[in-house]
Amino acid sequence: MVGAGHNGLVAACYLARGGLKVLVLERQPFIGGAAVSRQLYKDFTYSNCSYVCSLLRPEIMRTLELPKHGLQIIPYEGGCTMMQNGDHLAIYDHHDSLRREIARHSKRDAEAYDRFSRDVMRQCKFIKPLLMREPPDPTSFKPRDIRELLYLGQRFHGLGEQRMYDTLRFWTMSAADFLDEYFESEIVKAHMAGSSIIGTALGPRSPGTAYVLLHHYMGDIDDTVGAWGFARGGMGSITQALGKSLQASGGAIRVDAPVARIRVRGGVATGVVLEDGEEIAARLVVSNLDVRRTFLNTMDPNDLPGEFLRQVKNFKIRGSSGKLNIALDGLPVFPAIPTGAPCTRGDMHVTDSIEMMERAYDDWKDGRWSRAPYIDMLIPTQIDPTMTPNGKHYMSVFVQYCPYELADGGWTDEKRKAFGATVIDTIARHSPNFKDLILHAEIRTPWDIENEVGLTEGNIFQGELTMDQLLFNRPIPGYAQYRSPVPGLYMCGSSTHPGGGVMGAPGANAARAVLRDAGRAALV
Amino acid sequence: MDKPSAMPVDFRHPLQRTPFHERARALSQVDSFVPWSGYSTVDVFTTVEQEYFAVRNAATLYDLTPMVKYRIVGREAVPYLNRLITRDVTKLKVNRVAYCVWCNDAGHLVDDGTLFRSGESEYLLCTAERQIDWLLSSADGFEVEVAEITEQVAALALQGPTSCSVLKALGLAGIENLKPFEIGRFTFAGAPLSVSRTGFTGDLGYELWITPDSALTLWDALMTAGRSWGIRPIGSQALNMVRIEAGFILPNVDFVSAEHTIRTGRDRSPLEMGLGWLVDFDKGHFTGRRALLEEQRRGVARMLVGLDIAGNKPARDSLLYAAPTAKREIGSVTSAMWSPTCKRNIALAMVEAPHFKTGTRLWVDIYLNRELVWERRMCQALVVDRPFFAPERRRATPAADY
Repeated sequence: MVGAGHNGLVAACYLARGGLKVLVLERQPFIGGAAVSRQLYKDFTYSNCSYVCSLLRPEIMRTLELPKHGLQIIPYEGGCTMMQNGDHLAIYDHHDSLRREIARHSKRDAEAYDRFSRDVMRQCKFIKPLLMREPPDPTSFKPRDIRELLYLGQRFHGLGEQRMYDTLRFWTMSAADFLDEYFESEIVKAHMAGSSIIGTALGPRSPGTAYVLLHHYMGDIDDTVGAWGFARGGMGSITQALGKSLQASGGAIRVDAPVARIRVRGGVATGVVLEDGEEIAARLVVSNLDVRRTFLNTMDPNDLPGEFLRQVKNFKIRGSSGKLNIALDGLPVFPAIPTGAPCTRGDMHVTDSIEMMERAYDDWKDGRWSRAPYIDMLIPTQIDPTMTPNGKHYMSVFVQYCPYELADGGWTDEKRKAFGATVIDTIARHSPNFKDLILHAEIRTPWDIENEVGLTEGNIFQGELTMDQLLFNRPIPGYAQYRSPVPGLYMCGSSTHPGGGVMGAPGANAARAVLRDAGRAALV
Repeated sequence: MDKPSAMPVDFRHPLQRTPFHERARALSQVDSFVPWSGYSTVDVFTTVEQEYFAVRNAATLYDLTPMVKYRIVGREAVPYLNRLITRDVTKLKVNRVAYCVWCNDAGHLVDDGTLFRSGESEYLLCTAERQIDWLLSSADGFEVEVAEITEQVAALALQGPTSCSVLKALGLAGIENLKPFEIGRFTFAGAPLSVSRTGFTGDLGYELWITPDSALTLWDALMTAGRSWGIRPIGSQALNMVRIEAGFILPNVDFVSAEHTIRTGRDRSPLEMGLGWLVDFDKGHFTGRRALLEEQRRGVARMLVGLDIAGNKPARDSLLYAAPTAKREIGSVTSAMWSPTCKRNIALAMVEAPHFKTGTRLWVDIYLNRELVWERRMCQALVVDRPFFAPERRRATPAADY
């Protein structure tokens, strides 16, 4: 297994449980990929990359016994958007508080919210069972593909006429158009649109972003669909639990073991070569790396079909997100939010219109970070007592948009600091004591994320979640079933179906494909 | 679009209080409150049994304020409503009330409610669920204004055989001559008071509508006037019993609004709910007409019916079968109770075709908890007409004293 990200570990766990001898090789001195908890400043723990959890499939947590290995997922309540004019929109858990809060901005939107939730739930209900299945190849006549296509067709038909139309529309339209069908208030639309651009090099008015929004709703916590939560101890707890689960079923992990090349002999994958020249033979090689890194950086192009290679080069995997991890001496105050409101324990934002979001995207297109970025800001230590010394806090700030390459050249320390300052100033406009509380800040550009985590261009989904790169087209048409053109080499990262987010489904699906090829029983 | 209100939501009190809350709180002996449409309301004041019998024997007060209310005004209010609602609204005269339903294009039920015609082109629509999004979408192209006025009206249901006597004692002259579904206009303590002879109990009863600042005065006056007529406040549990006897349906209990269903096949049409009498195909076009005509031609796939069940154990959430040994369910119970007034074990149930015809014998699977040991009973049930309870006094005009 090349790479100890969450999908690599999930796949490794299932392969080990399926009776295979598994060795996971990780380039970094720690496991986790983009699901890590690290201490970079005193005894403050950061969720350095991914920072909230919803999509991680419950069947994976259950079958791999992750709770037994220390994983706890705690849902958080609400969220809010602070407005330019000092007002706010709060999201409350209690349906009636939420209705009255939205009604402050638009009575009609307060009720349209129910219609919106209903339609999102209807689509999620359709998509959810597809997550843990291999996408069928519509060009194939294999009984398995035909069976899966029939299943997909039946489920699609089962949606009913109106919803079948809706599905095609929702999967292709822009988030702004989608939200316009429900809401009239700018602030309500802006709050809801947030999840349509996170991690995506598209603006809220770009076609395809409505699906990204749905993608963020199809998870659940304890069957509450669309709920998000924290992994106690940071997102690293997920991969730590996976690591322990793997070891408990006989799998091994080697850290500080960067794979330089996947070895192919006679057209078949036969193992890997590490950067120090060590060769490790293996009957099967599974890559947790994104599709670009797997085939362009760790393979000899001569071992791959030219057409395939060309499609890999064209795979859209653009860097558009940055991240700040901040150690705080205390809890910042947000005057726009009523004192004591639970919504500050959820995701906080400061972008109050679709227009503002689209302008932030314009900056990205021009090759600079957004001057008024969209931020997804959380302070998990209000709920999680394990991450900082008592009374201190950790703030995770996800930033959209930030380019991988700047118009005026590559990233420098100076530019990174300036990017960080833009984000900190943005927050400070809504929190007067924020700057004084900062003890340490880790500033991560897409370039940093690529270099540390290995995600090409720092794309958090290992490739854009647009219709042209979903289902049987993810990552490459004809190669959506986790197998590569090279026998013995498989893919299990988020580049594969059903895509990114700390979901684990690509890993589980890939393991199923590997085990089936190896003549072993599938476990999930 | 509304201008944002400066007052933030009081998140520490997610539920609002009705203008009668102070009295309800004082009279509540068991501290049993439940949320209803965003308000905190009483579930039980004293005992469900005593409250239930008061509805059927004397007079009761029930706080109706959380019922969602819309004022519909405008030159085209009539054509608007006639497009929205399946009944012929042109037949509804001023100061009259009609029970009605409305559907989406697919002929699926959005909600039911009562429509009060308060003037030539002014209506009040009372609904169980919030509807402004639907009502405004339906208003496109009509010269009509729709506004939610729930918080501007305090409402009380005064129900039971002595309710007319209570109102007479309150001094409402000529109240006994108010016909069913008629609205009377009175002045109470200097404030305009509307009284409609309507209710959710299937008994003689009235609903009283007043401005919130007069609410407590009205409550106190009714409690005083009704003392010798056995008046007492009731909570939602007792009301739920009498509404089942009366055969009335509740959203999210007997049907789910087509605006809220997530799964396919969970939407219900008025024909399926046994409300075909509310659908007027001859009045011209209305939303859902084409689909409902088609459904009528095809025949409904299921129907909400009344059941008379053997034994005395309520068939709550029970599944239905065509034979005691049958494997396939042919429906399920939506509401059930032992009726102390009818002395019958009654239920409302959604039953698949062709088993819903009156007189059909079905089997009901009832689970009984006998000192923590669960037992299963297959009980025979008969499909019967609704309502289960319909006393003469509910319609008699002039209304009787008791």
